[in-house]
Order: sequence, then structure tokens, then C-alpha cells
Amino acid sequence: MTASLSLGPAPDVPLSRINPCAQVLAAVAVSLALLATLDAVTPAVVVAAELCLLPAAGLTDPRTLLLRTWPLLLGAGTLAVVNVVLGDAGLLGALGIALRVVGLALPGVLLVASTDPVRLADALTVHWRFPPRVAVGSLAALRLVPLLVAEFETVQLARRTRGVEAGRNPVARARLVAGIAFTLLVGAVRRAGRLATAMDARGFDSGIRRTNARGSVLRARDHLFVAGAVAVAAVAVTTSVLAGTWAPLFVGG
Amino acid sequence: MLVTGASGAGKSTLFAALAGLLDPEAAEVTGELAVDGEPPAAARDRLGLLMQDPDAQLVMTRAGDDVAFGLENAGLPPEVIWPRVDDALAAVGWRYGRDRPTQALSGGEKQRLVLAGALARRPGLLLLDEPTAQLDPAGAAVVREAVARVVVARGTTLLVVDHDAAPWLPLVDRVVEVREGGLVEHPPGWAPVPRAAGLVLPAATAGPARLGAEQAGFTYRGTTTPALRPTSLQLHASTVTAVTGPNGTGKSTLALLLAGLRAPTTGAVRAAPELAVRGERRPHRWRAGDLVTRIGTVFQQPEHQFLTGRLRDELELGPLRSGSGSATARARAEELLERLGLAPFADANPFTLSGGQQRRLSVATALATAPAVLVLDEPTFGQDAATWRELVTLLAEQRAAGCAVAAVTHDRDLVDVLADAEVGL
Repeated sequence: MTASLSLGPAPDVPLSRINPCAQVLAAVAVSLALLATLDAVTPAVVVAAELCLLPAAGLTDPRTLLLRTWPLLLGAGTLAVVNVVLGDAGLLGALGIALRVVGLALPGVLLVASTDPVRLADALTVHWRFPPRVAVGSLAALRLVPLLVAEFETVQLARRTRGVEAGRNPVARARLVAGIAFTLLVGAVRRAGRLATAMDARGFDSGIRRTNARGSVLRARDHLFVAGAVAVAAVAVTTSVLAGTWAPLFVGG
Repeated sequence: MLVTGASGAGKSTLFAALAGLLDPEAAEVTGELAVDGEPPAAARDRLGLLMQDPDAQLVMTRAGDDVAFGLENAGLPPEVIWPRVDDALAAVGWRYGRDRPTQALSGGEKQRLVLAGALARRPGLLLLDEPTAQLDPAGAAVVREAVARVVVARGTTLLVVDHDAAPWLPLVDRVVEVREGGLVEHPPGWAPVPRAAGLVLPAATAGPARLGAEQAGFTYRGTTTPALRPTSLQLHASTVTAVTGPNGTGKSTLALLLAGLRAPTTGAVRAAPELAVRGERRPHRWRAGDLVTRIGTVFQQPEHQFLTGRLRDELELGPLRSGSGSATARARAEELLERLGLAPFADANPFTLSGGQQRRLSVATALATAPAVLVLDEPTFGQDAATWRELVTLLAEQRAAGCAVAAVTHDRDLVDVLADAEVGL
């Protein structure tokens, strides 16, 4: 279907060379800075730094970028508008809130754009001892998502062949979509059951300690990447304090 | 060895038992079953499985990673895993690299990869459960070619379970048929009776045109290559038109256009004036309730079309939706249940039926509104000989009753026996 939904191997971009664990840690570092304050300067610095990484994740085409981030931008924009209209945050405060949302979500966009889900699962199981049952199980489930999207179309057409269709009535439309979703869910559960059987048939439930064929290595550049993220967070906070805008969320007793 | 037999004879249960997949709490097991002298569940390390649905067997996003999956589970170190992955890929005749994304593969190639994944674990016994049932003839040929390589190259015992015996015969030494009352072993040189043998179908004389495509083509939004090049054809009353051709030529897309489910992006699909709804002759503009009384459609996968929890309700749905009274709808449902031999299951859930029964039910639901045109996508796909004959007879009866039937199909036998006209894409 659409490119944003394809969950196959990620393209080889510069950011792919950073271990997914390092990317997650870096995201945690900047998120902590973002969550600690309510001002607009801190998130502005963080978002600027994150935007600099877009080319490294291969996200240079504005159309691709928009396709991947429009729900995020829409959400952030709505939040800002709501805060201006209903809240007492003021224009600058609302901008800060929107920037924080973008700053928190962009690392996820970067990770998805540059990282093969298999590599992420490898890194999580190798370095952070994630249970393979969860990590590999999620991978298997992820493979089924694009299939669901294709099946949604088919089931919708199939309903019309039975004389069932919503027309222009929004209530009927919602009920129809709910019905289709249920049909898909039933199918997905059945397929997942068969997939689990096939996985166990290849020894997934053998109880033997699983090895990892690809491995996952943490290199110097991964440490540098995390250090860089910590530096960005520090610069953001410092700038904010120096500019006199620093507004900590938790004011110490 | 090949295990064959009609749908519902117990082949798949036998397969599940051999593979150690029967849930001991849900099944009542009598007798004894052994793999290398052990119960199958304990001998699972020595079994390799290949089942029907390729998408329910692949785990990873890249081909090599998927083959490695079973070896990782066995706790082997990476330096042992990768040579064995390459080995297994070579054994099945894999033509791409390890990095090939699995989602870009055709059904046949996916099954080839699943087979490599099973082989990599070096099983003593390969169990195949209708591995080509969801594939078109080209995909099925890919799988059989891969299996043939494996059997020649290794001393693996092969057990195939399939109702369609003929294509496997060159690969197997023994053929066993599951019948009611037990197993029958066929002598060497045995071949199944051709499914079309002795079939006598009611004849019909072609009537006026009911539905036509005039240079109808279709291109998906956001793509440049058309899914269907401009195509013209006429469906006449009391005829069966077969739409044939290799994969990717737009056969199923043409079926969607004829069925009024999609609007052609070039050209037009028009019904005969007597079928028009308030002057509108283009089926895709009709309301669903009007559509079902004019054009009946049967999809490749019956489950996609089921909407209710009982067979009886399923058959009443179309008539009710198109404005029939409940008494008429009930009478129509009873009649169809009786005629298609589904009366004993009238209160059963459609999802609990066997594949062949589901297929008959999905045709019956389309017939419930007595449409003038019937559009079917691969109606004989994955059907055993008995269901095949029932289905062909049912379609011939509809033709004799004046229905204009269009069938998209890869099935040569169906075209030979039933089609009055063939449109090759």
C-alpha cells in the first residue's frame, strides 16, 4: 500500500549505522530535557537539533516527510490552538507546547525511517536482555500489518456484493467500518494462531536459549551519538536558563 | 509419500497429529502414532513443516533472517548458522540474495523460502500440508520444483498431504488415500480419475447481452502502470465467459469492474437497458441493494463475504437488503439450503464449514437474489474433485436458467468443460 506503512527492511541511510539502542537512549536524553520544562526555548533548541538529523535518516524529500509526520504536525498544531483559545498559556506558551510534542515524537520518526525492525529487536534482546518471545513475536506481528491494510479494501468491496453499504450516512458508515474491523480482527487472530504454530514448529518454544545470528554491536560512534544527545539537552537547558525563560515543571520544595 | 483424499476426510487432522500440533486437551486421540519411535511432539526437532498460507509462516523481513530463525531457536552460534542458511537457500533453488525483502516475494517464492527455513534445521521428515492450495498454477509449479530439488538432493523422507494428487505423482513413491473407514494404499502407476470425467452438464442457448465492458481499463491512484489495460467483452444471457491469462494482467481487476465494485478509469462498463436503475446503466453507480439483484459476485476467499452467524441468516441477507419481504427471503433461503446440500447446517456458523462448503455457501448467497449476471473470481480454487464437480454443475444450472456467468480462472478444466467463450488477457 503506501510507503509509510511498509514495514520491510529500512533503506540504508547514515543514521542506520547507529545502533538502535543508542538511538533510544539519545531519545530518552532529549525527552528528559523536554519534559522538565514548560518554556519554548528548550524545545526549540532540541527540535532544531533533531531537524539537522533528517537528512541522515534519508528524509530530505518534503513530500515523504509530510507523509510520515502529518498526523504528528496536526496533533501538535491542534494542541497549540486549543491552548491559545482555551488555556492561559499565551501564544509563546502554546508554541512551546507544540514544539515539545514535535520534539518528543521526532526521534521516533527518525528511528522508524532509518532502522530495520529486525535490527531493533536484535539490539533490544542482545544489549538490554529483552525477552525474545516479546521481541520476535512483535516482529512477526508487524509483518502482518500491511496485509491487514490490503484486506480492509477487499472486505469493504465484499460487503457491497452482499448489499451492505453505508452511502452518505455517517452513522451507518461508522457501523460499517466497525463491522469490517471486526471481520479483520477475527481473520488476524486466526492467522496469528497459525503463525504461532509455524514458529513453534521451527523450535521457537523449544526452551533452548536462543542465539542471535546477526548480533548487535555497540561501537564508539554509538557512544558519541548518545553523548551528542546529552550535549544537545544540556545546551537547550543552558540556553533557556541564560535567556531567562526556564520554567521547570517540578519546582523543588 | 503422498496422502490424498477428499476435503473433510481427515487428511489435515492426520497431518496435525504427525506434526505434533494436536492440542491434547482439545482432541480425543485413539491409537498410537510414532515418529522415530517417539511421540511426534517430542520428535519435533526432526520435523520440517510447510503449510498452506505463506504469510502465516514467515517471521522476518529479510529472506536470510527468516531461514536463520529456526537455527537461532536451536541455539546455534552465528558462524554455524550462516553457512547452513546459504546451504538451505541453495537447496530450494533460491535465486535472490539473503537480503531480499520477504514482503516483495510472490506466493510461490514465499513458500520456497518457508521450505528453506524448514530444511535449514535438517529435518529427517518433511511434512507438507497442501503447500500449493493458495497459489496460482505458476506459483504451485515453483513450490513443486523446489520440493523436487530437495527430495533429489537429500535423503529426506517426504510426506505430502494434498487432495489434488496428480501433480505430486512424479515426486512420490507411495500414494495413500484417506477414506471413510480408513486408509487405502494405491498400487504404483495409479492415477486419479480426471475430475471432469463423465460430467454431463445441461446445455443452453445464448441469449441477449446483459453486461458489457467497452475499452474498460483501470489504473490505481498514485501508480502509472494500469492494473487492467482497456478491455472489451460482452456477457450474454445463458453463457459462461471465462477470463484467463497469467498473473498481473488484471483478471481480478476486470472482475471488480464487471461486478460494479470499482469504476473503470478509462472506458465504461454498462448493463443492458432492462437492468438499468432509474436510467443508470453503469453498475458502479448503483446502490448496493440494487446491485445484488442484478449482479452477484463471488470472491476468491469466501470468508470475506460472510456477515452473519448462521447459514440461514447469511442466505436471507441479500433478499432482505434488496427489499424482499421476510417470508420471501426465508423461502428462498430454505430452497437454496436444500438444493446445495447445506440444509443440515442451516443453523451453523458459516466460519465452521469446510472449505468446499464455504465455497458453495458463497455462491448460494450470490444466487439468493436471483441476479441476471454472476461474476466469480477463481471459483474452483483449492477445491477437491467432488466439490469441483458440484460447483461446475451448479454454474451450468445457472447458465441453463438464463444467467450470464463470468468466471476469472486459471483452471483449464473449468474452461474446457464449461466456458462458451474465453477472453484471454
